Amino acid sequence: MSAGVIRAGGMTREVLVVGNGMAGSRFVQELLERDLDRRLRVTVVGDEPGGAYNRMQLSNVLAGAVRADDITLASEQWYTAQGVTLVSGRTVTRLDRRARTVVLDDGATLPYHVLVLATGSTAVLPVVDGLTRGDRLVEGAALFRTLDDCVRIDELARSSRRAVVLGAGVLGLEAARGLAGRGIDVTLVQRGGRLMERQLDAEASRVLARTVRELGVRIVTDAAVTAVTADARLSAVTLSDGATIEADLLVLCCGVRPRVELARDAGLAVGDGVIVDDRLHSVSDTDVVAIGECAEHRGRTYGLVAPAWEQARVAADLVADATRPSRYAGSSVVTRLKAAGVELATMGDTAASADGADGVEDIRFVDGARGVYQKLVVRDGRLVGAILLGDTRTVGTVTQLFDRGAMLPVDRASLLMVRRNAPAPTTQSPTALPGRATICQCNGVTKAAICEAWSDGARSVAAIASCTRATTGCGTCRDTVEGLVDWLAAADPEAPPADPEAPSGDAVVADDLSEAVPA
Amino acid sequence: MTRPAPDTATHCPYCALQCGMVLRPVDAGVGARLNVIPRDFPTNRGGLCQKGWTSAELLASHQRLTTPLMRVDRDAPLRPVSWDVALDRVAAEFRRAQARRGPDAVGIFGGGGLTNEKAYQLGKFARVALRTSAIDYNGRFCMSSAAAAGIRAFGIDRGLPFPLPDLADADTILLVGSNPAETMPPFTRWLTAQRENGGRLIVVDPRRTSTARQATLHLQPSPGSDLALANGLLHLVVAGGHVDADYVAARTAGFDDVRRVVASYWPERVERITGVTVAEQRAAVELLVRASQAMVLTARGAEQHSKGVDTVTALINLALALGLPGRAGSGYGCLTGQGNGQGGREHGQKADQLPGYRRLDDPAARAHVAAVWGVDPDDLPQPGRSAFELLDSLGTDDGPSALLVMGSNVVVSVPSAGRIADRLAALDFMAVCDVVLSETAERADVVLPVTQWAEETGTMTNLEGRVLLRRQAVHPPEGVRSDLDVVAGLAARLDAPGQWSTDPRTVFDELRRASAGGVADYAGITYERIADEDGVFWPCPSTEHPGTPRLFADRFATPDGRARFVAVEHRPAAEEVDDEYPVHLTTGRLLQHYQSGAQTRRVRALADAQPEPMLEVHPDLAELYELEEGDRVRVVSRRGAADGLVRITETIRPDTVFMPFHWGGSSSVNLVTSAALDPVSRMPEFKVCAVRVERVS
Repeated sequence: MSAGVIRAGGMTREVLVVGNGMAGSRFVQELLERDLDRRLRVTVVGDEPGGAYNRMQLSNVLAGAVRADDITLASEQWYTAQGVTLVSGRTVTRLDRRARTVVLDDGATLPYHVLVLATGSTAVLPVVDGLTRGDRLVEGAALFRTLDDCVRIDELARSSRRAVVLGAGVLGLEAARGLAGRGIDVTLVQRGGRLMERQLDAEASRVLARTVRELGVRIVTDAAVTAVTADARLSAVTLSDGATIEADLLVLCCGVRPRVELARDAGLAVGDGVIVDDRLHSVSDTDVVAIGECAEHRGRTYGLVAPAWEQARVAADLVADATRPSRYAGSSVVTRLKAAGVELATMGDTAASADGADGVEDIRFVDGARGVYQKLVVRDGRLVGAILLGDTRTVGTVTQLFDRGAMLPVDRASLLMVRRNAPAPTTQSPTALPGRATICQCNGVTKAAICEAWSDGARSVAAIASCTRATTGCGTCRDTVEGLVDWLAAADPEAPPADPEAPSGDAVVADDLSEAVPA
Repeated sequence: MTRPAPDTATHCPYCALQCGMVLRPVDAGVGARLNVIPRDFPTNRGGLCQKGWTSAELLASHQRLTTPLMRVDRDAPLRPVSWDVALDRVAAEFRRAQARRGPDAVGIFGGGGLTNEKAYQLGKFARVALRTSAIDYNGRFCMSSAAAAGIRAFGIDRGLPFPLPDLADADTILLVGSNPAETMPPFTRWLTAQRENGGRLIVVDPRRTSTARQATLHLQPSPGSDLALANGLLHLVVAGGHVDADYVAARTAGFDDVRRVVASYWPERVERITGVTVAEQRAAVELLVRASQAMVLTARGAEQHSKGVDTVTALINLALALGLPGRAGSGYGCLTGQGNGQGGREHGQKADQLPGYRRLDDPAARAHVAAVWGVDPDDLPQPGRSAFELLDSLGTDDGPSALLVMGSNVVVSVPSAGRIADRLAALDFMAVCDVVLSETAERADVVLPVTQWAEETGTMTNLEGRVLLRRQAVHPPEGVRSDLDVVAGLAARLDAPGQWSTDPRTVFDELRRASAGGVADYAGITYERIADEDGVFWPCPSTEHPGTPRLFADRFATPDGRARFVAVEHRPAAEEVDDEYPVHLTTGRLLQHYQSGAQTRRVRALADAQPEPMLEVHPDLAELYELEEGDRVRVVSRRGAADGLVRITETIRPDTVFMPFHWGGSSSVNLVTSAALDPVSRMPEFKVCAVRVERVS
């Protein structure tokens, strides 16, 4: 059972984590690494069944690229082995800050010294006629947020021929692409005029739409689903312009909303999320920490894993030892679409459009026919936003420059175009090389030295090796030296021909060791 | 001598490849001039690089030391003295220091270039003659991370667990942080053979080196991010269903924990940490999983980090998940750097070690070795500080006040070298054994001129774990003695118990007994067998035993015979770039030079080819800082500065500069490097720190 040891002179501190998603589970792992002698007693409450899994991978599971079994981040057994109490499949219904307890939906009460809210987000359920029966979605319709949702869509997809995905954000695009890849006829419906409107400008959206259409996804923009037709199972959806699309599967990707009800009801300051300071403490109560999608820091909430993990690290530092200097200063945001056949990375503020005035630059390369749209937004010589669509070969460099806020190269285009590496010297004609060119790197032998050896009578590779040492190191210049010998022979037909069997002078001797052992 | 001396079959004095060569006198009976002739040995197959070809030049160099030097006090110059005066002084200083402050008042610093006999004798000298715990060696800066990771996973540390020719049979080789085309050129012949057999090569290096240019796939991560890359590759292996489940079940333990940790290294996250794109990661995994035989090889680029052990562990995890170690033509290996980097870490010059790769804190090991040495096990000291910590403690209240250095040029080769120079200056006394007046010898109170490679006989253990014989080919210059002579002379003056032979073969026979039953068991290896069998691979417990070219075929050297997966997490380098120091610095070697350059800078052809260090700068960075080819610049970190000439090249990452570490004085890049240590191996973080580049007007 729990390894929480009660130390002389004080009670064991109870750390209660509400939420076992990407943020909560990461926090627990980070905390345990900082609490090797287990001074803290850690309890985790998660409303989904089982251990923690990698929500980032759900699109890959839906696309069939990753098995659901392989996305576990922390199994129930692992929590047990670490001495962590995991309460899964339970929801926290009430927070009593005065008593320092939370109440679960089964009536149980859990105490805390430090409460970590990692409640995440809920998927937004759009208002659509006929979508629900009682408190359930009609058969054939599904949200796409949890592993359960993913499994449900996966099962529905097995018997589906036509699907509608509502919402063309990152998740909607990934779901649409994944379903299309399984041979399903997919229509992607977007309320606004652009795909991934939080990340892309209008032109990038147009290029992306073309790419996605070529992958078999129909796209309808500036439309909403207003009604669904369902008997035993969904059979059609009706759009705001009155058009009807036959569909037996409707996947709802209409965005998420931070889960803040618990915090709000307990009187904590809440904006879009639970408002926290740089220590990730609620500004209303320093015993409450909020991380992940439910937290609002400096006016921002994040819907991505990287910020959640950065917050988890800072929070774990401070829960383990409040005197540490760790502080959270906000995150830079990079989005990478996981959809087969679509290369897309976006980061930062991509909306800016400028002409160099006020130190803002906007650099673009567009090749619509090839599905390429690349854009850099630069302020004062540093990258503040980027879109790489259709060609992401420079994404590693660009992302790191963005993350570090480093000065960009003067030649901005080098961040968009991949330079071709110069061909290896061995593929060049030896005649084209200058005399000073080094042929044998290992022994520093130039072309001129080899030509001189030829003039002095070395007529084979072996003979040239013997007098210049070329080819005797790593041996990779052998082809080039052979080429030079052929070239020299052709230019000097009077010279006696090379003898391929000629021994290489002194280059190799018999390995007679026994004679040489000193007495 | 009247008739010509015979050819001497021996090995190169430099790196761990220990290329076979023959030394042939130029003129019968005259002086020390020798011609170097390559030898068709199984490792180099008749190849030699420029260093090997020119290696005999230093034998006859006018820069050789041929008489002991001594200064009467710190401000006096070094002046020639007799051997007796010099050795008497060293012994007296050691006695004085120990009388005042106990046995640990004297420290010993050894080297990975010393023969097995010398490394063994030096460790014995520390434990028996001085009874000091304060001994370590520069191999701590080379092999310690791979060694610790290898022991953790396999229960044993032998650089390559298979002979080099096995490389030719691998379908895919993943080479991480190694540039053998420049650091050990004849090794590249095996990569060529592998390519000609249809094999693929993946090179991981922040520089597009000569080796990387030969690769099927070159991954160019940010310095200090190899661990994340390795975990990311394993993530993709797992996701693609390519784990060798039968192997993992039958031959390993601990995979579940690793599987859990790498689940957090999905390719898009790894791309952001490393700069290696998702597509490149997938391509690398494709080459690995498609291979029926594959190898993962590491060198200093992966290892010389404050997370070097965990980085190697992550790569071993990858190899284990693919079922490679112990399978023919497959496995994990580390490419040793220094000439005797392998043997040097087996026989007791390391702070925590006794001969035979025994542990100094193991009572059974102490009893065995003490019996061979004829002393009471309780008289042996306990483990002492690691190399950097030892040097960093010199002249402090709880560190040694006197030091003996053998086979190392610490002033040039340690990280944060300025800090260590201050520590050396704080010593009451330092003695240095060397061939030439190195930067370290210049600062000594007593300098002892010693023999080198072709002037003495001894064994070396190469990167394969193959024990080799280097033979004497010439008489040493008048006035020069061997390191074994120095140890014996000091042991006698210190009234040390036991035998202190100056004959290498006698010392080797004692080493065989001391190593018997240990992990690195040399008991069955003799000079004759080495000569007859092209070297003998350890462990070799008896003269009838054939030696062990390949390890792990049936079991690993762990108590239950299973290899261990160990879950490891990426973390940033100890020092990341910021506005003040916006560029990564990484360091390494050039083809023409070896280690601190004490030898190679004194060979004409090598010094002419690379007379001073250059700083590799990407054209983008050069343009940003308005640098031109050949500009004299200064690389500045929080610790110090080093000068070099700009060399503009597209082979380096635009966020990184590279500088070789072969020079001393104001060109010593180790004045700049970081001394952040790995928590397990105590390896310093040579391979990454944050710098800025300034033009020197």
